[in-house]
Amino acid sequence: MTEEQPIRFRSTRDLPSAHLLGTGTPTCAGCGGLEALHQMVDVLGNKTVFVNAAGCMTLLAVYPFTPFRGGWLYTAMASAPAGAQGVRDALDIVKRKGKLSEDEDMEVVVITGDGAAYGMGLSATSGAIDRNLNFIYLCYDNEGYGNTGQQYSAATPHLALTSTSKGSHGYPGFKKDLFSIWTANNPAYVATIIGAEPLDLAKKVEKLRSIKGPRMLLSLSPCPTGWDFDPKHTAEIGRLAVSTGIWPLKEYVNGQVVHTKIPRQRKPVEEYLKLQGRFKHLFQPKMDEASIADIQSRVDAYWAAVEK
Amino acid sequence: MSRQLLTGNGAAAWGARLAQADYIPAFPITPQTEIIEQLGLWIERDEFDALMVTLESEHSMLTAAGAAASSGVRVFTATSSQGLLYAMEMLYTVAGWRVPLVMVNVSRGLSAPITLEPDHNDILAARDTGFMQIHCASCQEVLDSTLMAYRLTEHPDVRLPAIVNLDGFYLSFTREPVDLPSAEQAAAFVGDFDPENLQFHASAPLSQATAVLGGGPYSYFRYETHLANEQALVAYEEIAEDFTARFGRRHDMLEAYRLEDAEYAFVMMGSFASKARDAVDSLRDAGWKIGLLRPRLLRPLPKVQIQTLLKGRRAVAVIDQNISMGMGGILHSEFAGTLHGLPDAPPILASFIGGLGGRDIRQQEFFRMAETLKQASDTGKNPEPRLLYTEEELAEMRKFQSIAGLERDELTQGKTS
Repeated sequence: MTEEQPIRFRSTRDLPSAHLLGTGTPTCAGCGGLEALHQMVDVLGNKTVFVNAAGCMTLLAVYPFTPFRGGWLYTAMASAPAGAQGVRDALDIVKRKGKLSEDEDMEVVVITGDGAAYGMGLSATSGAIDRNLNFIYLCYDNEGYGNTGQQYSAATPHLALTSTSKGSHGYPGFKKDLFSIWTANNPAYVATIIGAEPLDLAKKVEKLRSIKGPRMLLSLSPCPTGWDFDPKHTAEIGRLAVSTGIWPLKEYVNGQVVHTKIPRQRKPVEEYLKLQGRFKHLFQPKMDEASIADIQSRVDAYWAAVEK
Repeated sequence: MSRQLLTGNGAAAWGARLAQADYIPAFPITPQTEIIEQLGLWIERDEFDALMVTLESEHSMLTAAGAAASSGVRVFTATSSQGLLYAMEMLYTVAGWRVPLVMVNVSRGLSAPITLEPDHNDILAARDTGFMQIHCASCQEVLDSTLMAYRLTEHPDVRLPAIVNLDGFYLSFTREPVDLPSAEQAAAFVGDFDPENLQFHASAPLSQATAVLGGGPYSYFRYETHLANEQALVAYEEIAEDFTARFGRRHDMLEAYRLEDAEYAFVMMGSFASKARDAVDSLRDAGWKIGLLRPRLLRPLPKVQIQTLLKGRRAVAVIDQNISMGMGGILHSEFAGTLHGLPDAPPILASFIGGLGGRDIRQQEFFRMAETLKQASDTGKNPEPRLLYTEEELAEMRKFQSIAGLERDELTQGKTS
């Protein structure tokens, strides 16, 4: 259904030069979540209502300021998709009653962190997919409860140090596969994105604009404060997440998962890990080669299955 | 206008239909289910032009309700008990959004132990949320209060959500004759929904429900919500007048039953107050000067009206169908606060707790309470708070305990009976 439309973004030169999201937000320097949100808004445009779950991005709209030129509704941590349901249904009702023209309609976009998306908000998210709600769901995934000081969440990767896994071994669990939880329920569109790959991101946002139904963008969001790295490295860490194969860029549409950028010559995961303080225990006081090899083998196994 | 035999739940559903609610986010819970089943049926049969969506929880239901109201449509929803508590975060939240919407709560005791029959701990947990509260004692009142609640919630000086409360089983499943206004009469009373500034339109960007930093702006918005809630007292008077003029029925903030010359008074909310009404009649027959005060409006609390109606009485018994653990009756505290320091306040304000989890309050118990008031008034000493329980109930309970003990002993000894 999307193949016939003209391709808007062939190269980075085609990316929007006008930036729609206002400046001066209180997010941290180098926020990978804001980086992705910026790019997404530029492609989506201003006819959007962002329905927010409690998290870092809640601080984007602090009275009396807002960076959004469309709509914004902060809800609570658990129920942003239900807020999107209410807004979407109400807009459809006023449209049907002739009180709102098609031109005045808005796209409803949930904006949530991984804390809500992978945990507390999963019930409301699942419900919205069941009901085939026509909405976009953006998860900025910084792999922990970032706004409260980076305690581990269900999105935290294996062995990462967080403020609730400070010991010498890091977080013992494994990152939950939210992408597959979504695709298992056959939604209209699911994609992984990252701010460091703006062309891939723009193409995906452009594609989902023409689709109706539940549509998810899962953005790995390098987090200088939570992952413990210099803010100037946000883009580099983002690129390494892709080139090491740790963050596969892919999309699910029409029942098929397609990888949109396959790193044929994958860099060793070590290059991604060593830039981040949350993995420093794997390198100091001495190299924990077994753990690094373990992480590498999991990445290799993923791509072996893809390339098979 | 027509007359039908309706349950309390049926009356609530008619309230939503006659108010022409646009949107009904729903989630089923006993004893509320009949309301959403009825609404769903009407919608399927094209008898009611509304959209009903079943959410996956009451928390989501309330979120969707508030979000839809903030997008410019008239919203109805309904819940009960555990559901109300599950939604509690969003009750506070959507009241803070200053959105008009009406929710019916069918009161039911709270877990633990889990039960189905009514008391008021569920609805009183919502006391401080910002939602207004109207408490009903008859099926007619459920219908009328739902229509009045829409006027109240959408009043330009108020713009706050409202709860209409009815007791599970005693009202929800009891059929009473109810006068139904015609669709035209109801529409003329309720009026069209005016969203005012609540909307999301592409050409009119708006950020709603933003965060604040610091206590200054936070306090400002919280005070505003409180003051708007108090403004509802003024709005209520005008709405009740208009309702009476159109339909001939009067629903005051407080029902004053045989209070004119009363020396003693019972205070009770909800359908159990009709038991107190009966007791008042019997006691009056026996020569007592006693009456009943039944608050319909609990939020905002009509303090001045309560003071006026109770001043000069010798003794008042507040009968709470709820219990605040470690404190006692919630309504009793509210009345003590309302009456405190008034020169002509009743010298005796006794507290009784009864009717928890649907436990009956018998006529003899009302008579005993009246006796207690009289003795307290004679001695000038406020009685200790009482937890109503009869010897028969205790005997029954002791029997249960011995059976439970027997079962436990048998199981721990590995025997089977």
